[in-house]
Amino acid sequence: MSVVPHESHSEEEELPAWSLPAEAVDRIRVPVALPDQVTREWAWGGSTGAGVRVCILDSGVELGHPLVGAIARSVAVLRREDGELEVVEDEEGDLCGHGTACAGIVRSLAPECELASVRVLGAGYTGGGETMLAGLRWAIEQGFQVVNMSLSTTRTKYVERLHELADRAYFRRVLLVASAHNMPVESFPWRFASVISVGSHEEPDPFTFFYNPSPPVEFFARGLDLDVAWLGGSTLRCTGNSFATPHVAGICALVLGKHPELTPFQLKSVLYQTATNAGGER
Amino acid sequence: MSDLEAAVAAGVLGADEAHRSLLQATVEVARAIFGAKAASVFLLDEVADELVFEAVAGEGAGELVGMRFPSGTGIAGWVLTTAEPLVVDDLSADTRFSRGAAESTGYVPKSIMAVPLLVEERALGVLEVLDRPPESRLKLAEVDLLGLFANQAAIALDLLQKARRAREALAGEGRLAPLARIARRLEEEERGAALELLQALEKLLR
Repeated sequence: MSVVPHESHSEEEELPAWSLPAEAVDRIRVPVALPDQVTREWAWGGSTGAGVRVCILDSGVELGHPLVGAIARSVAVLRREDGELEVVEDEEGDLCGHGTACAGIVRSLAPECELASVRVLGAGYTGGGETMLAGLRWAIEQGFQVVNMSLSTTRTKYVERLHELADRAYFRRVLLVASAHNMPVESFPWRFASVISVGSHEEPDPFTFFYNPSPPVEFFARGLDLDVAWLGGSTLRCTGNSFATPHVAGICALVLGKHPELTPFQLKSVLYQTATNAGGER
Repeated sequence: MSDLEAAVAAGVLGADEAHRSLLQATVEVARAIFGAKAASVFLLDEVADELVFEAVAGEGAGELVGMRFPSGTGIAGWVLTTAEPLVVDDLSADTRFSRGAAESTGYVPKSIMAVPLLVEERALGVLEVLDRPPESRLKLAEVDLLGLFANQAAIALDLLQKARRAREALAGEGRLAPLARIARRLEEEERGAALELLQALEKLLR
């Protein structure tokens, strides 16, 4: 394995053209080569997720919940009086518990990652598509390495912009981990190839996850009968893909804690090679 | 009553009843399949921003239909907002579960499976199954099954809503009410000129 310092990618980087002159080959040297046999030990052995910034795009996260721990930053996407959306510091925390549950799951797998919250869902909230887009755009601009999205939209009018954001995230090394819908319906962004999509399996082990060779759902993680963090420092027994997704986000945080130079493309390969059904529990 | 009115009444009013029966059958079957204490369908009233009980099987059947709640209330409100199913097994700790609303219905459940009723891109309402047998461990296949029921209920709910809109449009001050009134007048006596005018209008709109 060879590791060289990674130069941060910038969208504004000037390129002569979309081709590779001979003298430029050295410039794109790949900083990490995956070993012949990628194991879980190689992928995240010894990692706690330290140094990795994970964003929970959801209903907010309750501050001070014992299963969640420290939250580095909490913001909310709110509509101003003039109708424009803006990202402001969040004073309310979590209004319903869903985001706190996701944060608690990530924390349980990657205890030392840095968690942030972007609130785009709330009590009685309607018209969430624009808010979700604004929150996602902000998260990408902040350069979080992992964004957990246990939500989706069925509205096709948002698809093009959402697709564009998902691709932007992919090229900027912001890994989007998105819940598949729990019903056989079209919704987004989990259907995009540039994100990591997650459905549920019935096994009780948080590190058991499966690669699905028949997408659009690419991975299955624990999503049945989980005791998750809830409001008021409590826990609640829930089921759903919403809770499977942060398991994969947490595992990604562990891998990035050990191999921060991995691109989303490489990381997805690592997930495949460490999946339970790909012999990953070596 | 004119032929047009009669036709519309037969179609629309009959449809209303048929769709209501279909909704009722769906919640009855859902309750039976899951061995649950109750099952219900809520319709979103967009104008009032409220959820309305449209069909109930088991606990509360016969009393709750027509009862309304703010659309952000409880588990149903959350499921409507996110358009995602939700299964919760210990409701004592869940703040989305509006205990006040549940108590006013006379029945406070311990567990809920709730699923949105989606037609195209919209959530029209919510299907809930309350209190499966406590000893039966939930399986993901049950969530899938509930989704299938939801599809059926969503179609019935969609038809019911369309029939109601058609009836409102044709009645009283509705947008198409003049059409119904004109049809009635045309049948009252010989109105040759008026019929010719109607035919000319039809030609014009072709």
